Amino acid sequence: MTALSIKHLWKEYGDQIVLENISLEIAPRSFVALVGASGCGKTTLLRMLLGQEQPTRGQILIDGEPLPPEPGPDRGVVYQRYSVFPHLTVLGNVMLGPEMAGSRFWGRLTGTRKRDLQDRARAMIADVGLAGAEGKYPAQLSGGMQQRLALAQALMMQPRVLLLDEPFGALDPGIRADIHALMQRLWHTLPMTVVMVTHDLREAFTLGTRIIALERTRTRPEEIARYGAQIGKDIAIWPPRVAGGGTIYDNPALRDDPALEDLIAGRPDMLERL
Amino acid sequence: MRLINQQLSPPALLALKLAPFVLLVIAYLAGSAARLADNPADKLLPALSSMATAIDLMAFTPDRRTGDYLLWTDTWASLKRLGAGLGISTAMALVVGVAIGIFPVIRALLGPFVGFVAMVPPLALLPVLFIMLGLGEISKIALIVIGVAPLMIRDMAQRVLDLPREQIVKAETLSANSWLVVWRVVLPQVLPRLIISLRLQLGAAFLFLIAAEAISSDSGLGYRIFLVRRYLSMDIIFPYVAWITFLAAMADYGLDRLRRWLFPWSDMEGGR
Repeated sequence: MTALSIKHLWKEYGDQIVLENISLEIAPRSFVALVGASGCGKTTLLRMLLGQEQPTRGQILIDGEPLPPEPGPDRGVVYQRYSVFPHLTVLGNVMLGPEMAGSRFWGRLTGTRKRDLQDRARAMIADVGLAGAEGKYPAQLSGGMQQRLALAQALMMQPRVLLLDEPFGALDPGIRADIHALMQRLWHTLPMTVVMVTHDLREAFTLGTRIIALERTRTRPEEIARYGAQIGKDIAIWPPRVAGGGTIYDNPALRDDPALEDLIAGRPDMLERL
Repeated sequence: MRLINQQLSPPALLALKLAPFVLLVIAYLAGSAARLADNPADKLLPALSSMATAIDLMAFTPDRRTGDYLLWTDTWASLKRLGAGLGISTAMALVVGVAIGIFPVIRALLGPFVGFVAMVPPLALLPVLFIMLGLGEISKIALIVIGVAPLMIRDMAQRVLDLPREQIVKAETLSANSWLVVWRVVLPQVLPRLIISLRLQLGAAFLFLIAAEAISSDSGLGYRIFLVRRYLSMDIIFPYVAWITFLAAMADYGLDRLRRWLFPWSDMEGGR
C-alpha cells in the first residue's frame, strides 16, 4: 500500500517556470489521472515521480520516505513509445527485469531459477493476452500488443507505483477499449498505486479514481514564462472506485482507500447504503 | 506513369544491374584494341590475354627467387595487417564509443578529444609513424587504426546517444545498474550498427593499408602494385586492383550477412 506525497513542488528550466507550487497527497491504491493541455507539465511531473528529473524546489515522499534521485524497481513505467526493447523477444522482454535483479553481473539466470522465471513470464504474458507471441520481436507486434508487452514487462517487477505516460494514446479506439479493460483488471488485482498522464479525458474518467487537471492560470504572453502550471481541478470520481472491486456499490467489503472515508464524510447519505 | 513509380520486371532489373559492368568491360576492350592496333607494344591498356598470362605468373607460378606464389603471399600479408588494424579499431569503438555514449564522465573526458583526433589527416602522420614505430608491421597497423578508429568511436558514441532515453530509464526501473544497462540494453542494440560502421570503413582501411605498403614494405598487395608500377606493368596492376576490389566487396557482403544472421531484429521496422 503505497502513498505518494508531493509537497510544494516547483520545476523550473532556466527562467521558464513549468510547475508552480504543486502539493498533492495520493492515497495508496488510487488510480490518479493527470490531465491538462499540452506543455502544462504533466509529463514533467510524472518524470519527477519516476526520478528521471529532479524538482527545483519541494519534495516528493513515497510512503513517507524521500524519493530516491534516480529511477528504481519500486516504480514501474510504461511510455507511449520506446517502452520495450527491440532486440529482445516478447519472452526476453518480460524476463529481463527479474533476470537483471537476480544476476547483477551477467544479467542472466541459469538452471531452475531460469525455468521458474520462464514459467512466471509465460503466465504473465498469457495474463495480458499475448499467449503464443513469446518468440516474436516487438517490431512484429501491433501497437496494442506492444503496450500489453510493456505492461507485462513492468509488472514482472511488482512495482509499488506504476507510472503511465500516455500509454494508450496512439492506439485505435477498439484496441484502446480492450486494453482499458486489461488495465482496470490489473489495477484491481495487483497491489499498486497508478499515476497516468493522459490527454484523453474519457480515458481519465474511465480508469481513474481521481482526476488531477494541471492548468496555467496566467496565459498572457509576458506571463507564461514566469508563472507555471498549478492544480486547477481535483476531481474525485463519484461513486468512488475501489481497488479490488468495481465501485463501493459493487464490493464495499474490499474498499481499502482511506480517501474514501473523506469522500463519504461529505455525503452522509451514502453511509446508509454501505 | 511517373518515373518514380516505375515497376521493373525481373529480367529488366537484372539487365540494368549488369549493364554498367558490361559497358565498363566493352569500353576497356575497345580502348585496348584501338591502342594495340596503333602500337602492339602498348603497355597502358593490355589485352585480356596478356592479363591472363600475368595472373598465371602471379597466382599460379612459384616465384623464381623465393618459390612463393606472389598473389597469395601478398594477399595474406595485406589481410593480416588489415584484419589487425580493423580488429583493434572495432574493439576500441566498442569499448570507448559505448563508454562515451553512456557515461557522462567519459563523455566529458574523451568526447571532444576523440572529435579532435578524428580530424587529424592520418596520411600526414605516416612519416611520424615510420620514424617512431619503425618500418615493420606495427606502423602500418597503427596507420589503419589512427585512420579508422576515431570515426568508428564517434559513430558508436552517437548511436548510443541516439537510443531513446525512455529505454535507459525503463531498464533502470527493471532494476538495472549502470553495467547491466550497458550489457543487456545498450551493447546488443549497437552491435548491428558496429558491423555497419565497420563495413563503411573498409574502403578507408584499404586506402591506408595500400598507402603504408606503397612506401615501405616487402610484401602486400599495395607493395606489389607500387613495385610493378616502375615497369608500367598494367597487366599486373589491373588484376591486383580487381582482386582488392573483390576482397573488399566480399568482406562488405559477408559482414552484412553476418549482421542479419546474428541480429535478425535489426532489419525489422522499428528495430535499430
